[in-house]
Amino acid sequence: MMTSLLTPDTGTSPRRTSRGPRSAGHSDASRRRAGGRPNVLAGLGGTLWLLIIILPLYYVVITSVRPQEGFFGSNQLLPPTDPTFDQYALVLQSDFFRYLFNSVVVTVATVIVTVLVSLMAAFAIVRSSTRFVRLSFSVFLLGLAIPLQATIIPLFYMLSQIGLYDTLWALILPSVGFAIPLTVLILSNFIRDIPGELFESMRVEGASQWRMLFSLVLPLSRPAIVTVALYNALNVWNGFLFPLVLTQNPDNRVLPLSLWTFQGQFTVNIPAVLAAVVLSTLPIFVLYVVGRRQLVSGMTAGFGK
Amino acid sequence: MTVLRVAGGRVRERAAGPSGWFVVPALAIFAFFALVPLAVALWLSFTQWNAISAPAFVGLANWQSVLADPGTWHALGLSLQVVVLSWIVQTPISLLLGVFTAGKQRYRAVFAALYFLPLILSSAAIAIAFKALLDPNFGLGSSVGIPWLNQNWLGDPNLILYVVIFIIAWQFVPLHTLLYQGGVRQIPASLYEAADIDGATRMQQFFSITLPQLKYTIVTSSTLMVAGSLTYFDLVFVLTGGVPSDAINILPIDMYVTGFSASQFGTASVLAMILVVVGLALALLMTKLSGFTKMTSQQDGA
Repeated sequence: MMTSLLTPDTGTSPRRTSRGPRSAGHSDASRRRAGGRPNVLAGLGGTLWLLIIILPLYYVVITSVRPQEGFFGSNQLLPPTDPTFDQYALVLQSDFFRYLFNSVVVTVATVIVTVLVSLMAAFAIVRSSTRFVRLSFSVFLLGLAIPLQATIIPLFYMLSQIGLYDTLWALILPSVGFAIPLTVLILSNFIRDIPGELFESMRVEGASQWRMLFSLVLPLSRPAIVTVALYNALNVWNGFLFPLVLTQNPDNRVLPLSLWTFQGQFTVNIPAVLAAVVLSTLPIFVLYVVGRRQLVSGMTAGFGK
Repeated sequence: MTVLRVAGGRVRERAAGPSGWFVVPALAIFAFFALVPLAVALWLSFTQWNAISAPAFVGLANWQSVLADPGTWHALGLSLQVVVLSWIVQTPISLLLGVFTAGKQRYRAVFAALYFLPLILSSAAIAIAFKALLDPNFGLGSSVGIPWLNQNWLGDPNLILYVVIFIIAWQFVPLHTLLYQGGVRQIPASLYEAADIDGATRMQQFFSITLPQLKYTIVTSSTLMVAGSLTYFDLVFVLTGGVPSDAINILPIDMYVTGFSASQFGTASVLAMILVVVGLALALLMTKLSGFTKMTSQQDGA
């Protein structure tokens, strides 16, 4: 059901650029507006929303450098007169790097496995028409509708049974499982637009299917791969529920879960808790500043599922 | 793709395609970690299990107790309230902001870059930030000097639901803004040019061009919104410190607490199954309401 919802706007399919009047109107529509008289009402509304978005972020940043002494008496909306990075030091000394490392491991492993197996599946789905492959595609589509939340209890049970509970594998494997349907869908939409002649000429030269996958499909689908990789990475990096129910030992703790435990540990030391929030967001924020366009297109690719 | 196919070569080409084995790794991982759990949840829902001893079959007992428990219906009702209110709050804001950010003005591009910041934050981070910000003792309310702002936002059972709706909007309006921005940018300029010649006002153009042209985007965005807010968990869990009051005990939270806090995993599995069923029912309802079959056929011709 989600397929037809997702395909027209994923923004990754090259087919879309040749879609006639709709996309042709793109830049013209925007230029026309710039020419009109300024829309004051829209400007005011836009500014109001900007304040709503910015205020909490501003509060988090200034509070994270507020000294603990006199914290409760100070005006929370003004930046502190004597900012301090003591709380950052405290967070960094509280095993922060271990959690960061775990988050990196889980995110990188999930993305690599997801992209690899999904690319193989998408390649087969586009280039093969056996009943098994077509049936698999329908199964993936069905998977888009499965709510992750409903699977935490059975996953807890199953992973305990096979001895993976409270390991990083307990985070990686289910994350891959839930990332696969959408990734396959987006990649196969993209691969479908690779001209069949290219496959044909490789076949004539006697290339194996694996060679076609790695020297034709892989390089040509790079834009789509970057998009799905970013989308999945952001989801896994920020994921909270799987780490909450599938890990226990601090050795296997990832960043979002560490925010939760920091909150219990630092209790009334609000600046320290918020310093942890800032630090955990920093890697993605850097990515946002460097490659905003890519990241943003990655986010709509998944339509925030 | 069929260009080079000659008569009779079709069969051979099909045989020459990648083997079905290419699908197997993805299918296996997906099936084991996403499909099988649904079956296991169904099985667990007929057992009593406390995570220490092995699950014991109890038949329909869990289902009977869950369906007879007014708490279940309360949780379901709250979840549906979150779904409906989230849609009512987020859709108009996202739509207007989508149109706003689709404009080419320089300041709007700068605004847009800032609007999208919440998208990079985890729900846990957002919950912790708002928890501090809304604290009655040292948060925003105590500093601004506006008495109305100084309320027990998170502790008052009459307020918590609306606070959660607001924070969900803060977190997810950016995503839907992005969807609408993309939708608006695909509307053919010729429509507006024609309207300009006819002397249509900005308001008229919005209601007779922009809104109808965004029909499919509205359906997409709404479907995602409904599915997302039904299963909302992370933010509420962290915001309430893991011990949510009855006033915000939405279905996923109820399931988690019944399972992982009260160790009644069989009963919690019933709630998980209800979550799946309600989710599917809502998805089907959305499809029906939006006349989905008619819509797809129009898509290419639009």
